[in-house]
Amino acid sequence: MSDQVLVSTRKGLFSARRQGKGNWALEAVSFLGDNVSLTLQDPRDGAWYAALDHGHFGAKLHRSRDRGATWEEIGVPAYPTPPEGHVEKDFLGREIPWRLMRFWSLTPGLASQPGLLWAGTLPGGLFWSEDHGATWQLVEALWHMPERLKWAGGGADAPGIHSVCVDPRDGNRVAVAVSSGGVWITPDLGKSWTAHTAGMRADYAPPELVYAPESQDPHRMVQCPGAPDTWWVQHHNGIFRSTDNAMSWTEIVDVQPSVFGFPVVVHPKDPDTAWFVPAIKDERRIPAEGRVVVNRTRDGGRSFETLRRGLPQAWAYDLVYRHALDLDATGERMAFGSTTGSVWISENGGDDWLTLAEHLPPVHAVLFV
Amino acid sequence: MPRVAFTRNLQRHVACPPCAVAGATVGESLEAAFVLYPKLRGYVLDEHGALRFHMAIFVDGVPISDRRGLSDSVPEAGEIFVMQALSGG
Repeated sequence: MSDQVLVSTRKGLFSARRQGKGNWALEAVSFLGDNVSLTLQDPRDGAWYAALDHGHFGAKLHRSRDRGATWEEIGVPAYPTPPEGHVEKDFLGREIPWRLMRFWSLTPGLASQPGLLWAGTLPGGLFWSEDHGATWQLVEALWHMPERLKWAGGGADAPGIHSVCVDPRDGNRVAVAVSSGGVWITPDLGKSWTAHTAGMRADYAPPELVYAPESQDPHRMVQCPGAPDTWWVQHHNGIFRSTDNAMSWTEIVDVQPSVFGFPVVVHPKDPDTAWFVPAIKDERRIPAEGRVVVNRTRDGGRSFETLRRGLPQAWAYDLVYRHALDLDATGERMAFGSTTGSVWISENGGDDWLTLAEHLPPVHAVLFV
Repeated sequence: MPRVAFTRNLQRHVACPPCAVAGATVGESLEAAFVLYPKLRGYVLDEHGALRFHMAIFVDGVPISDRRGLSDSVPEAGEIFVMQALSGG
């Protein structure tokens, strides 16, 4: 059970700790004033990683081996030099630079793969490191895959990999979700990739492209650690679930107050239990009726409970980004943070929420450590 | 020798006091500065050696014209100033 949560924000990395039952408090900040886009705790050695996105000086990566007391700057991925005269454009004709723009996911390999880290980035490159992030290599097969040119900016101006799932049964099988560009899986540690979007539907696309793999805009994808054949995706178009190891997806419909949102988390052992933070669809991107709620299903999406106890239920316009909802290893403690600097914590799977903060900078990500 | 100075905002991330370097171009002068401050390179240039989009370099008060190749010449007693562009802030 985790007693500490890291909150990555536009202006620093904040740490909060449990003081007692139902009592959490902020206690420290690192990188104050800097844009921290996300963090990772490596379960194999306990190291923390923090990805920074300096407006002027580029994306950086820092590592701490003493739980945030000190940090060291480590290596960052480098995109290859494009062929002479090559001007790359996304599916919509917008120029895409071959340049690291932002870290959008950090994922460790399995216990049998010490030192192996995966980094999903904008503008769409997947990188891996075999030395705890000191050096990085581009996953060439995915970058040079012809279908990648059909990706487009979705959650940001350029395409990006925001979710990387390493199969707990086979560390060579790695899945990535791209906004906007579908779900791609390699069975052989990145040497080959195939689309895994059967059943996904992109209502917003032109009719001819509604079912095209590259049209799919997963906002966040998770694989149940204890039952890894079950996957959940919060998609731009709604909620999708797979029970056959991402070979096919079933759309979950009629979810109130909305099927739109960004984050999803799945219970570590129970694949039928997952949580979402719904928002009015892309026309507005605000909570329905100004009420912040969390949706929970415990039956694989057949029904949802809308959880609101302790959350603001009037005049609240908090939007929750894709990495800003987390669940601890017990599946009991939860946290989420918003673009308006609020953070809430639950100690009972979302039934009750307490307010940790109301005035932080915009929250990009939360993580139990 | 040309002198290179860096914005205070950079000093927060990388210790890089002003330095005198040997170089006839902006690129040569920066390379010499990076020998003194290796970590600085990634803060000023991208992975292809081009000036980062939200950075600016002035030589004797004039913004450089070759942001990709850094070929602008630098006088023997030139003053190079590396700062953040106001965009992106």
